Amino acid sequence: MPLKREEISDRLAAVGYVADHDIATALWLMDFLKRPLLLEGEAGVGKTEVGKALAAIHDAELIRLQCYEGLDQNAALYEWNYQRQLLAIKTREGVGEDADAIEEHIFSERYLLERPLLAAIRRASPPVLLIDEVDRADEEFEAFLLELLSDFQVSIPELGTIKAISIPRVVLTSNGTRELSDALRRRCLYHYIDFPDVDREAKIILARTPGVDATLAVQIARMVAAVRKEDLRKVPGVAETLDWAATLAGLEVHDLRQEPETVYETMMCLLKTHEDRARMTREVSERLLGKVA
Amino acid sequence: MSLSGRRPDGRTYPDPKSGEQTLGTRRRLAGFARTLRDNGFRAGLAETSDALQVLASPAATWPSALKPALRSLFCATHSDWERFDKIFDAFWCGHGMRTRQIVSGASSATQAPGRRLAEAKVPAEALKLPDHTKRRSDDGDHAADGRGRREGASRSETLMAADLRHIVDPDEIAATHKLAARLARVMRARLVRREQIRRRGVRLDLRRTIHRNVSHGGTPIDLAWRRRKIKPLRLIVLLDASGSMSLYTAFFVLFLHGVVDAFREAEAFVFHTRLAHVSPSLRDRDVTRAVERLSLMAQGIGGGTRIGESLATFNRWHARRVINSRTAVMIVSDGYDTGAPEELAREMRRLRSRCRKIIWLNPLIGWRDYSPQARGMQAALPYVDLFAPAHNLESLAALEPFLAKI
Repeated sequence: MPLKREEISDRLAAVGYVADHDIATALWLMDFLKRPLLLEGEAGVGKTEVGKALAAIHDAELIRLQCYEGLDQNAALYEWNYQRQLLAIKTREGVGEDADAIEEHIFSERYLLERPLLAAIRRASPPVLLIDEVDRADEEFEAFLLELLSDFQVSIPELGTIKAISIPRVVLTSNGTRELSDALRRRCLYHYIDFPDVDREAKIILARTPGVDATLAVQIARMVAAVRKEDLRKVPGVAETLDWAATLAGLEVHDLRQEPETVYETMMCLLKTHEDRARMTREVSERLLGKVA
Repeated sequence: MSLSGRRPDGRTYPDPKSGEQTLGTRRRLAGFARTLRDNGFRAGLAETSDALQVLASPAATWPSALKPALRSLFCATHSDWERFDKIFDAFWCGHGMRTRQIVSGASSATQAPGRRLAEAKVPAEALKLPDHTKRRSDDGDHAADGRGRREGASRSETLMAADLRHIVDPDEIAATHKLAARLARVMRARLVRREQIRRRGVRLDLRRTIHRNVSHGGTPIDLAWRRRKIKPLRLIVLLDASGSMSLYTAFFVLFLHGVVDAFREAEAFVFHTRLAHVSPSLRDRDVTRAVERLSLMAQGIGGGTRIGESLATFNRWHARRVINSRTAVMIVSDGYDTGAPEELAREMRRLRSRCRKIIWLNPLIGWRDYSPQARGMQAALPYVDLFAPAHNLESLAALEPFLAKI
């Protein structure tokens, strides 16, 4: 029985994920239609967090597959335990078993190493499968993934077809470094995550950073929003905001206006390239501070 | 799906399947899906039937949830996502009055295909890779043998060398276009073949080795090797379509089509005062239509060229998506920039740090006594790996060995 949307919102709040209305709807829809959810958005807007939060609200195991260029089925699906296979061959040969019997033995479940995708379909209770940065994997892998997501079964040549015991909830994230195929997009529900607005970001800061009070949280959120409007190479994400908030809390800053110097010096939490750092001069920092605080 | 109820009054009838759903809502939904399709969404039957399910679910009782739910369902890309709200509001709140507002010219183009531009009639067969180019095994063939396989050799010989500016006769233009398409094709054939030769792996495939050697007691006698796959070169072309380039634009648009078609991963952009992403129109299999559409986009462009600004747009919005470590960026421009040279230099530096090679093709190099004096060109040169002429087909053919090496 799928959860109601309100329940999803409540539970998301309970696990510390500050959701907007739309994402709760998307998560509900995902359960209702039993389809994977594709999340897109700038780096650092909290796409991965959605997967984690989803696992938390359903009290399910989170299985994560980080994609990268050159990711192949061995790393994503299954692998044989070669060392044990070699040992088994040696010992059985000593006993005098024939090759066919040995082969049958060493290509059995005992020697199979589960990788995330196989693990995700062989759990007793449905886990959350988070396929992170799917755009980094190549097209062949994407095609394979598509097949898995529609059939939820995989075939292992030496072992036969393995059907899903339970259907995992699948969340895919993409940073848009490569255009995903239409087929994959159509298979999935789509949600675009933007940077949180000031209000929501302040709430996120409050939920995640102890020692920051409401006024400071709003100040930080507004400051970050202003920084994001500058022409930067790497726009700071929510994680950077939280780092900065924690830093400020650690330095016992209570009001940004009182400490422009500290603000400028700790800005390195937000700016991650030399170029951006050079662009954010003391003057710019103070100008932004004057606008927001 | 049975949305074909023919009640003209559209009154509401209880639906036998889902109880609360009415024929009216189902029709409205089908209309909505059609509107989305007209606006370039990929709203198929599967999506529509899923949407019906959503409407039949408790979600329908929370009006605030309906829009986000349908949005997640029907959108597939960020641009869909951004347009959805407008279309949704227009359809459901404006009673579908503006449903067809954004229908593009594409559909009218499909209705009258291939009617115009007899000279751009690049035959569909030109798109298919001729088998013999693939099978050739002698390595000694170089760019020159792509010429004159079908035309009289001497005629295409002259065409290859003629400055593209000076080709005015429609027949000659058609022949030039053919040559260009073939050049692009030959380029692809060579690149692909080289790749296949290079595919020689050094890694051992443990899984297969063990499987093969069970009968040898696991002693790896018969080894299985793994070949490393070489990713195909990705090519990004930025074409200057400003007034000063107008003599060359039409030709390069055709060449672009050939290139985008030849490389599995290629993107094309056209810029003048701003930058436009044109790969989707170039991917059209109907060459005539693609070239025509793009020529239209490239035409009617007066005013200065803002190369620096266009590059800035590219770096900021497109570079991350389209550039990877095996990307060559090809800029086709005469370097007459009306923007500040400093900006151009800065953006060139940024671009250089991201991609593998920058090739700058300048048709003016072919002119006698040309030296790159334009300030923009001066500013950009330090970041360019290959600065080459592009005034005739020969000069384009000469690029091929360079591309193959990247």
